[in-house]
Amino acid sequence: MISSNVTRRRVRTVAAVTLTACLAAACSSTTGSSTSSGAGSSGSNGTYTIWDPYPQFDDSADWVKLLQKCGTDTGVAIKRTGYDTTDLTNKALLAAQQGNSPDVLIVDNPVVSTLADAGVLTTTEEMKVDTSAVEPNLLAAGQIDGKTYGIPIGANTLALYYNKEVLTAAGVDAAQIKDWASLTAALEKVKAAGKKGITFSAIGTEEGSFQFLPWFWGAGANLTQLDSAQGISALQLWSDWLKNGYAPNSVINNTQTTSWQEFATGQFAFAENGTWQLANAEKAGFEYGIIPIPSSSGGTAPAPTGGEFVTAPVQTDTGRYATSQKLISCLTNADNAYTTDTTLSYIAATDAVQAKQVAGNPDLKVWVEAVKAAKGRTSDNLGTKYPKISEPMWTGFQAALSGAKSPQDAFTAAQATAAAATK
Amino acid sequence: MAPHVTTRASVPAVPETGAGARRPRSARSGGHWTAWAFLAPVVVYLVAFYAYPLYRNLDLSLHRYTVRSFVQGGAPFSGLDNYRTVFDAPTFWPALTHTAVFTGASLVFQFSIGMALAIFFHQHFRLSATLRALFLVPWLLPLIVSASTWSWMLNSDSGIVNSALGVFGIGPVNWLTSPDWSLVSVTIANIWIGIPFNLVVLYSGLQAIPSDIYEAAALDGATPWSTFWRVTFPLLRPVSAITLLLGLIYTLKVFDIIWIMTKGGPADGSTTLATWSYRLGFGNLLPSFGPGAAVGNLLIVLAMVFGLLYIRMQRRAPR
Repeated sequence: MISSNVTRRRVRTVAAVTLTACLAAACSSTTGSSTSSGAGSSGSNGTYTIWDPYPQFDDSADWVKLLQKCGTDTGVAIKRTGYDTTDLTNKALLAAQQGNSPDVLIVDNPVVSTLADAGVLTTTEEMKVDTSAVEPNLLAAGQIDGKTYGIPIGANTLALYYNKEVLTAAGVDAAQIKDWASLTAALEKVKAAGKKGITFSAIGTEEGSFQFLPWFWGAGANLTQLDSAQGISALQLWSDWLKNGYAPNSVINNTQTTSWQEFATGQFAFAENGTWQLANAEKAGFEYGIIPIPSSSGGTAPAPTGGEFVTAPVQTDTGRYATSQKLISCLTNADNAYTTDTTLSYIAATDAVQAKQVAGNPDLKVWVEAVKAAKGRTSDNLGTKYPKISEPMWTGFQAALSGAKSPQDAFTAAQATAAAATK
Repeated sequence: MAPHVTTRASVPAVPETGAGARRPRSARSGGHWTAWAFLAPVVVYLVAFYAYPLYRNLDLSLHRYTVRSFVQGGAPFSGLDNYRTVFDAPTFWPALTHTAVFTGASLVFQFSIGMALAIFFHQHFRLSATLRALFLVPWLLPLIVSASTWSWMLNSDSGIVNSALGVFGIGPVNWLTSPDWSLVSVTIANIWIGIPFNLVVLYSGLQAIPSDIYEAAALDGATPWSTFWRVTFPLLRPVSAITLLLGLIYTLKVFDIIWIMTKGGPADGSTTLATWSYRLGFGNLLPSFGPGAAVGNLLIVLAMVFGLLYIRMQRRAPR
């Protein structure tokens, strides 16, 4: 009896100890794997990690094949991970905190200044990356205090798509739209003809700010003074469109995708949207055209630049930089940039490749011009101040468009918040 | 992080054997080891997945973190500054009121509709099981699907709800894009999602009530109405209390439905503490970890207060 009790207890002990050991082993194996993924950047020399915000591409995509080819040409293995773009900022910050940043990080341009501010990125000077061919207005988004923290892989921006059928029926000539007055007059005619005017995205996120900026800058306003007369006039334009029924009320909740879906119904005359919709425009089933977004008093308004920067995060083992530099120049050299930008439906960042793109597809001319007129959101040395201005700005235009406040009150409040945050 | 966990977990084991050593070494102390070995998995689990994240959240809320100090360390201790920032923010009072209204309205409607349906299905009519299963659908759908469907249905211009209202000559309502309606819309969606949970729990509570009590009530000539208020409702009290408490905790932290449908907007019209906390931490290109964590902690405290209230009520309740 006693002996059987003892055996039972022993069995129990052994079982429990084994269980604990398993748990501990599981714990240590997690540690092991997290260091080994870190080793991608510091330990095993042959493998270089690249993170990009293009999860839509799998191993069969041209983009991933290009990454592998650059690895082969440089003589190293590539471990590539695609993250959702909204997820990538926090992932990059966490990785830097844990000391296992990727060797090459491709990241949305307004995030570059945040990461640079966190001390996560090396400068192009340290990395000896040649940025001389890049258009200065595109490079500016990655420059803070005279230092450059990456090289744009390509750019996209906003313009106005229009539905030819709807405009013809309403008797509007798109070529005659040169300023806000002529655009609003066109919207009025479209509405009178029984169709819908314009759709855009005024959602309360960075996406909404991105869409509002061409009008804000096109009025001649500056981000450091949201409640200037020019700034308020831009907001007045948008809220009058809503009030007069030229734009649907749903724009307040539209993302750029849902806004595009509205345009794709064929009921809308205009849509403010980006280069990346070109492929969808071909599938829309109606004739479309593109004009640059007009500024208040005529001419092309500066639209914000979209698109990613290729950056090199700081590594403890600085010996890896030489290879990372080769990878970056492989990704951004003229031939590869052409392939990449075609894959991504982007406009190239250099004059030479832009010319090649237009030669291949004359429809891109209007986009190239829009990109040349475009401006980085974090430019003008705003850097990390930009997010602190952008949030009050979108809160402001949401308040005005939903009728909670007048444009004047909305932006006076927004400016007060922004000024307090950037002090 | 993992090495931390193992050391932490092993800490309690050491003093305990020390205490055990006072007694003569016998099979007893071996029993202690066994007990601790059995306890270790759950202790490790609790520390790794509950204590450490809570500690980290508290730590975040008490330091002035910038992106730089988040990565490189050395964030200065700032006491309750983040909490002060949160309390002084113009968003604080609207967010708190919205949380209260959203949670209160959701609970009242989810519970009363859930109760009505539970009693309805308790009648065991033909096809009641099938119908009951159908009522579970909102619960089974991924939130992204139900929230997107709701936002599509409530779209101001092309939504099916406004087209239906239009048939009766009621003008379009800006469900999601008006600050006056957005909170109502997300609450309706949340009620719809929460009904099945209440239905299932209350239904199982009903099945636990012995049928002879109903027979006795019927013999005494009780009307259905008084049977409900004098028999069913009092006997369901323990089940109702736990349903409401769980519902409260779920609803306090509801974030996904609101974020997908309105992003807390327009103009903070449907911002609750949960969406605000997310927006502070992740909704901007430049995360403000400190205030975001502070709002998160407020939510935890709120949920805890109600949890403690529940425990007190349980203790007082006659056994």
